[in-house]
Amino acid sequence: MSGRPRTLAVVAALLRKEARVELRTFESIPAMTLFSVSTYVLFHFGLQEDTLEGNLASGVLWVTLLFAAVLGINRLFVADDEQGGFDAFLLSPADRSALLFGKAAALLAYLVVVEIVTVPAFALLLLGVGIGQTMPGLLAVLVLADIGVAVIGTLVGALAVRTRARDLLGPLLSLPLLVPIVIAAAKASTPLLASPVAALPARWLVTLALYDLVFAVIAYALFDYLLED
Amino acid sequence: MYGRRLRGLALTTAALLTLTLVLVFFWAPNDATLGFLQKIFYVHVPLAIVTLCGFIAGGLMAIQHLRTRDARWDVRSYVAIHISLVFGIGVLVTGSIWAKGAWGHWWVWDEPTLVSFLLIMLLYATYQPLRFAIEDPERQSRYASVFAITAGAFVPMNFIAVRLSTAYLHPRVLGSTSNLPGPMALTFLVSLLALALLFATLCKYELTAKHTRAQLRALRRRLDGETAPAPARTRSAAPSLQPVARMSARAGGGPA
Repeated sequence: MSGRPRTLAVVAALLRKEARVELRTFESIPAMTLFSVSTYVLFHFGLQEDTLEGNLASGVLWVTLLFAAVLGINRLFVADDEQGGFDAFLLSPADRSALLFGKAAALLAYLVVVEIVTVPAFALLLLGVGIGQTMPGLLAVLVLADIGVAVIGTLVGALAVRTRARDLLGPLLSLPLLVPIVIAAAKASTPLLASPVAALPARWLVTLALYDLVFAVIAYALFDYLLED
Repeated sequence: MYGRRLRGLALTTAALLTLTLVLVFFWAPNDATLGFLQKIFYVHVPLAIVTLCGFIAGGLMAIQHLRTRDARWDVRSYVAIHISLVFGIGVLVTGSIWAKGAWGHWWVWDEPTLVSFLLIMLLYATYQPLRFAIEDPERQSRYASVFAITAGAFVPMNFIAVRLSTAYLHPRVLGSTSNLPGPMALTFLVSLLALALLFATLCKYELTAKHTRAQLRALRRRLDGETAPAPARTRSAAPSLQPVARMSARAGGGPA
């Protein structure tokens, strides 16, 4: 026997499993999408604006995406906790960090799928400016922010899922940790959603990337301790 | 023993706090622009520094807990974060008063330090609920340590992020001690030392109380006979020391 399976293979297997679970239950992605669109409608009435641009558009987009992400974070480990996924994973000889990578990749994929639907929906429903020409910049911001949300969400989801008040603790723990992502993402996308369009401020992309990196290291260092027992 | 140097520490703290008050009110000059109001600076800023150091210390102790699996490190980390939370409320209140006096508003969003501090408090406010929601004591302490380390790392990063986001509308005259005149700087440093000592004293008090309670429980159990069933652990956010192991470790050394 060649010992431990390769981490990459385990991550791929976990991702396949997540995809299969999601395709069979449709538990996360449809809920997150529907929630986002409903929130846009709420913002339309709450702000009493038909079209948004600049900082207001950026704020509505990011707050909505973040709350939708929190929904996904809350569901991320529930099936594993309730149906023995944790035990099965711990029984296998796989490296425990693989669960972090697999789950973070799954959450990232959820977010990307949700955004493929909801960002155009946002542009259609609320945005007062065209986003065709600023799409590459916006995509960069979305990807970097999604990576950060996925990493933090996986750590927080694992921390909250085996507590009695997990539905409460998940959002309470994740929102303060996600505030720097909102700061950077909102600042970065404000000029992209303004008219006239301004250049993408590079320093916010760097800030996002650094925040992602630091939390990836923290999550990698600490995740094992959440899986012992 | 936890309580041995407690009295000396408490007396030193009380003396130094008194000295701080004397210096603040009778020796340090009034600020040229803010006048008497500026004196809240001697409470607010040292309190904030001590609080943030307390949070970071809680994270470092949590690292130690995860490395050594020694429950005492978890208790220390808990106590440091607990006292820091209490101090942190003081920071928010004094900061708010200062903002009202200096800028006319109870809350100003363009003061990055204040905003960062609020975010940190919001995060740490979930520390006790998190502990309370986990029943198994071992898992509670392990998860709490993971939280304490994550949050401890969040403290400096959050400061950087918020600071980047804010345009400096207010000149940061009180941001550092380097441009303070001599008497003000000295008063500030004495105050910082006094509040750091107060933090240490309160931590030591809480640790001593926990230790004494654990000892009392162990003695009571011994009085009932070793076979008496362990008392059911009441649900609690606070970690408690394990009395049984400590008593048996001491049993060889003579009467307790």
